[in-house]
Amino acid sequence: MQLIECPWCGPREETEFSYGGQAHVPYPEQPGELSDEQWAHYVFYRDNPKGRFAERWNHNTGCRRWFNAIRDTATYRFERVYRLDDPQPSATELAGPRRSTS
Amino acid sequence: MTSTFRTPEGGRVDRSTTVEFTFDGQTFPGHPGDTLASALLASGRHAIASSVKLGRPRGIAAAWAEDPSGLVQIEEPFPEPMLLASTVELYDGLVAHGLPGQGRLADVPDSARYDAMHVHVDVLVVGAGPAGLAAALTAARAGARVALVDEHSEAGGSLLSGTDRLDGAPAAGWVAAAVAELAAHPEVLHLQRTTAFGLYDDGFVLALQRRTDHLGGAAPRHEARQRVWRIRARQVVVATGAHERPVVFPDNDRPGIMLAGGARTFLHRYGVRVGSEAVVFTTNDSAYDAALDLHRAGVRVAAVVDARPEGSPLRAEECRAAGIPVRTGSVVAGTSGGDRITAALVAPLADGEVGRADELACDVLLVSGGWNPAVHLFSQARGRLRYDEVLGAFLPGERLDGLAVVGSAAGLLDLAGCLADGRRGASAALTALGIAPAAEVRLPTAPEPVVPAAPLVLWRVPDASGAEGSTSFVDLQRDATVADLARAAGAGLRSMEHVKRFTTIGTAHDQGKTSGVLASGITAELLGVPVQDTGTTTFRPPYTPVAFAALAGRDRGRLFDPERVTALHDWHVAAGAVFEDVGQWKRPRYYPRAGEDMAAAVLRECAAARSGVGILDGSTLGKIDVQGPDAAVLLDRMYTNLISSLKVGSVRYGVMCGVDGMVIDDGTVLRLAEDRFLLLTTTGGAAKVLDWLEEWVQTEWPELRVHLASVTEQWSTFPVVGPRSRDVVGAVFPDVDVSNEAFPFMTWRDTTLDGVPVRLARISFSGELAFEVYVNAWYAVAVWERLVEAGAPQGITPYGTETMHVLRAEKGYPIIGQDTDGTVTPHDLGMAWAVSKKKPDFVGKRSFARVENQNPLRKQLVGLLPVDRQTVLPEGSQVVDFLADGRLPPPPVPMLGHVTSSYRSAELARPFALALVKGGRARIGDTVHVPVGGTLVPVEVTSSVLVDPEGARRDG
Ligand SMILES: [Zn+2]
Repeated sequence: MQLIECPWCGPREETEFSYGGQAHVPYPEQPGELSDEQWAHYVFYRDNPKGRFAERWNHNTGCRRWFNAIRDTATYRFERVYRLDDPQPSATELAGPRRSTS
Repeated sequence: MTSTFRTPEGGRVDRSTTVEFTFDGQTFPGHPGDTLASALLASGRHAIASSVKLGRPRGIAAAWAEDPSGLVQIEEPFPEPMLLASTVELYDGLVAHGLPGQGRLADVPDSARYDAMHVHVDVLVVGAGPAGLAAALTAARAGARVALVDEHSEAGGSLLSGTDRLDGAPAAGWVAAAVAELAAHPEVLHLQRTTAFGLYDDGFVLALQRRTDHLGGAAPRHEARQRVWRIRARQVVVATGAHERPVVFPDNDRPGIMLAGGARTFLHRYGVRVGSEAVVFTTNDSAYDAALDLHRAGVRVAAVVDARPEGSPLRAEECRAAGIPVRTGSVVAGTSGGDRITAALVAPLADGEVGRADELACDVLLVSGGWNPAVHLFSQARGRLRYDEVLGAFLPGERLDGLAVVGSAAGLLDLAGCLADGRRGASAALTALGIAPAAEVRLPTAPEPVVPAAPLVLWRVPDASGAEGSTSFVDLQRDATVADLARAAGAGLRSMEHVKRFTTIGTAHDQGKTSGVLASGITAELLGVPVQDTGTTTFRPPYTPVAFAALAGRDRGRLFDPERVTALHDWHVAAGAVFEDVGQWKRPRYYPRAGEDMAAAVLRECAAARSGVGILDGSTLGKIDVQGPDAAVLLDRMYTNLISSLKVGSVRYGVMCGVDGMVIDDGTVLRLAEDRFLLLTTTGGAAKVLDWLEEWVQTEWPELRVHLASVTEQWSTFPVVGPRSRDVVGAVFPDVDVSNEAFPFMTWRDTTLDGVPVRLARISFSGELAFEVYVNAWYAVAVWERLVEAGAPQGITPYGTETMHVLRAEKGYPIIGQDTDGTVTPHDLGMAWAVSKKKPDFVGKRSFARVENQNPLRKQLVGLLPVDRQTVLPEGSQVVDFLADGRLPPPPVPMLGHVTSSYRSAELARPFALALVKGGRARIGDTVHVPVGGTLVPVEVTSSVLVDPEGARRDG
C-alpha cells in the first residue's frame, strides 16, 4: 500500500484517498457555445499516457481536500503533489533526481 | 512407539517433558520444542501421505517451510487444513493425519480470535539469523526504532541447525546475548513465530504472528491465536536466508529422501537422527557437514556421492578420516523402495552420460544441489533478479531504495560474511535515515572460513531408467516431472509464467520454494538457452500460506462492515420490525403483525397511509447544511432547477445531474435563510452528493463563499403521512396552524415541543397529505412516541421502506439508483418540469442538447400493468415487443427495456411496475410482454403516475 503525500496532512495510506482523473481540465467558460464534439471532449475524453500524468486526488477520508499530483502511471510513483492553485510543474521542474523503483 | 531415533543428548527440545500426539491414528511421543515432523522422525516415521495425482508415497523432505511434500491436516484441538509437519510446533493432544494433496475445511466455526496491529519503525529486519541479528543490533544501538521479525519459535536461524562457534563458544550463547540486548532496547520490537509474508509499496510489510498455535488446547481463550502485523518501515533489511535446492533424479520422491541441510537441522535443533544408514548426494561442499555430523551422531553414512569430477579435496579428507566413502564424479541415478527408500542407485556421470549403477543400501538419502537465496520479499518489491552461474541461483540484481538484502539471502554462504553483511546493511539503512550509527558494533569472531571447492550446477540427473523423466519429480506436491517440462517445451512454451501454468509447477502451498529455480534451469536446458533468459516466475505474496481468518482479523460477522442505526432503532426492534440493509443502515422494512407475511403487512401499511395516517422513520435521508453568501449561486449551478428564487420558509424539489446530463441524485431543498439551505438527499446518495458538491466548490469555483457540512446524523426525520396526518400533527404541535392556507404544500415551519426545537415541512413522497417532522436526534424517541400516542385515535400505523417504495412508485416517483442507472436524464424520467430553461448554465445542461439525448427512442420511465392483474413482475425482467403479426421476433429478441420497480398495490388492487422502455411515453396504451419464468406476460404500458394523477390528495 502506497503512501500518498497530502499537501495538508503529509503522507497517508492510499486507502484514504480517491482518484479524480486528469487535472487541469477546467469546466468550459461557455458550454452553450461549444459544438457537440467540443463538449464531448470535455465530458468524455481524457489523456491516458504511460509515464508522467497530472492528476486530481482527494484526501477524502482525511482532510477531504482536493489536490493535484504528478504521478508516473507506469511505476505508480508520485513525483510531485501540489495545491490546486499552484501551476502545473514544468518538465524542467520535474527533471530533478527521480526516485528509483521500490 | 518409542523415540528410537532420538539422540541421547543435544538439540533444543525439552527432554524433561514428554507429550503425546496422534498421527494417522497412531500415538507417538515427543517433546516440547519438537515439530510434528521432528517427533515423527524421532520415532522413525518418514511417510506422510500419498501424492495427489499419482498416489505415490511421500514423506518429510525438509525441516521447514520449503518442504514440498509433508502436508498434514490437523483435527484436534482445532481443525485446520494444509499445514506442513515441519512447521507445526508439537503440543500435547495434537491429532493430525497426512494429507494427499487437498485439505478439507473444518465443518465447525473457528472460535479463535484473530487480530491486527499497526506499527511504524525506522528499520524493519526480517529474519533473526546471524545477518538479521547483526543488523538489528546495529540499528538498535544507534537508537533507531526497530522491528525484528522471524518465523521460527526462537532466534538464531541457521545457527540453530549447525555446530557453529562464535567468540570461541557455541553460537547459541551469542544469540541469547543478542536477544537479551534487543529486549533491553525500549524502541525494539522483537517478534518470533512471525512471518513477513508480503512486502508492498513504501516499506509496507505484512507479517503473521502465530501467537498461541503452539500451545494447542492450552491456548488461553482471550488471546488472539494469530495476529497480522501491519508494519510501515522507512527501511527494510531482508535477512531471510536461503533454501537448499535438491537435484532431480529418477524416483527422487520416496519417503526418506530429504534435503541434506534439513537432516542437519533435525539432528542439531531437535536431536533426531533421520535414519540409520544414509547416502549423501551433493553438488557442493555444504552437504559434507550433514554427512560428518550424522556420522558423529551414529548414523552409518554409506557414501557421499559428489557430482563434481574432482569433488572437494579438503572435505574428502575429513570423510576419509571418519571412514566415510566418497564417490566423486558420481550421481544418484535412481532409488528403490516402497514406503521408504531402501537403496540409492549410484552411477558415474561423465559428459552428461550416466554410467553403470551400483546399488547402495540406505534408509535415508540426503540431497543438496546448492542454495537458493530467499529473494521473495525483494522480488515482491519488484526488484529485478539476476542469475548467478556459480551458485546456480537468482540473486538481487539491483539496488532498491529503502530495501537492503543481506547475508545468505544475498548469496553469501559463510557465517563471518553474513554477520558483516548484516551490519553493513543496517548501517546503510541508518545512513539513509540520517541516523548516526553507534561508535562501534563489534561482531563476534567466527572461525576463519574454509574456502569451499566450487559448486557444480546440476539441475537433474539424466534419466537412464527408460522412464523419460516421468518419475523425476520437479514439484513433488503437484506430481510434476521433467517429462511435464519437456511437454511444455515441446508445446512451444518459452516463458516460465506459461510453463508454470502448463505444468502447475510452483503453484502448491510452497509456491515453488524448491521447484521454481529447478524448473527454470531444466527448461533452459531443454530449450538450449541461458537460465538468465528463462528467468523465474514472479514472486507474489504471501511467502507462506496465511489463513483467511487471520486476514479478516476482527472484521468478521457483525464487525465486517459498520452498522448504522437511527435514534429509533430500539423502538423499531420492540415493535417487531423486520429490517433491511440500506447501505450500512439498518432500516425497518415492514412491521408484521401476528400471522402476517411481508405482502400482507405491506398492503395493510399502504392502506393506512392512503386512507388514515402512517409514520415512517426517514432519518437515514442524507442532509447537508449549505451556508454562505454564495450558497444560492452554488445550488443554482448544481441543481437542474432554479434554487435562488426559492423563498425562505419554502421547499423545492431538485434534481442533480453529472456533466453528462445523467441524473445522479434528487431530493428537496429547504431555504432556511438568505444564505442557508438544508439539502435532503437519498439515503444512499448522502456521502456522494456531499463529495460531489465539495469537488466543484474546491476544484472549479474556489471563489464561492460557501461551506458544506453533513447533518444527516444530527436530524431525525419522520414523515407523518396520510389524509389524517393533519389531525395528528396539529394535536402534537398546537402552536402551529396546520391548515392548508397557513401551512401550504412545499413550505416549512419551526416550532417547539416542550422547549425542544422541531421543524415541520409539507413534503410528500407518497402523494398524500404529509408532514415531515425534523428534530434533534437526542429527542427523536420522545417526539416519535408523542406522535404515535397522539395518532392512536386515527390508528396511526408505522410503516417501513417497503411501503414507502410502493407509495412512491404508485405516484411514479423514481428512486435514483433503482429506477435509474446512470444513463437516464431528467427528461427520460418525465421530469422536464424540473429542468430550468431560465438558467444560462448548470452542471449537465449542455449535455441535454447533445444529439443522442434528443433521440425519441431513448428509454423512458413508464408504468406497466400486467393484464392478468396477478403477476408481480420480477425487477430486472426484460421488456420485449411482438411483431405486427403478434409473434415473438426470431432470436436474438430485441429488448425494449427492463422492469426497475415492481410491487402489489393495495390502492390499485393489482400489481404494477415501473420500467425503462425505449420510446416508452409514445407506447402508452400499447401492450408489450415481459418474460416471467418461461411465459410471456402481457402488460399494458401506462403513465408512470398510477395513483392520483391530478395531485388532489397532497393537501388532504
Ligand atoms: Zn489531507
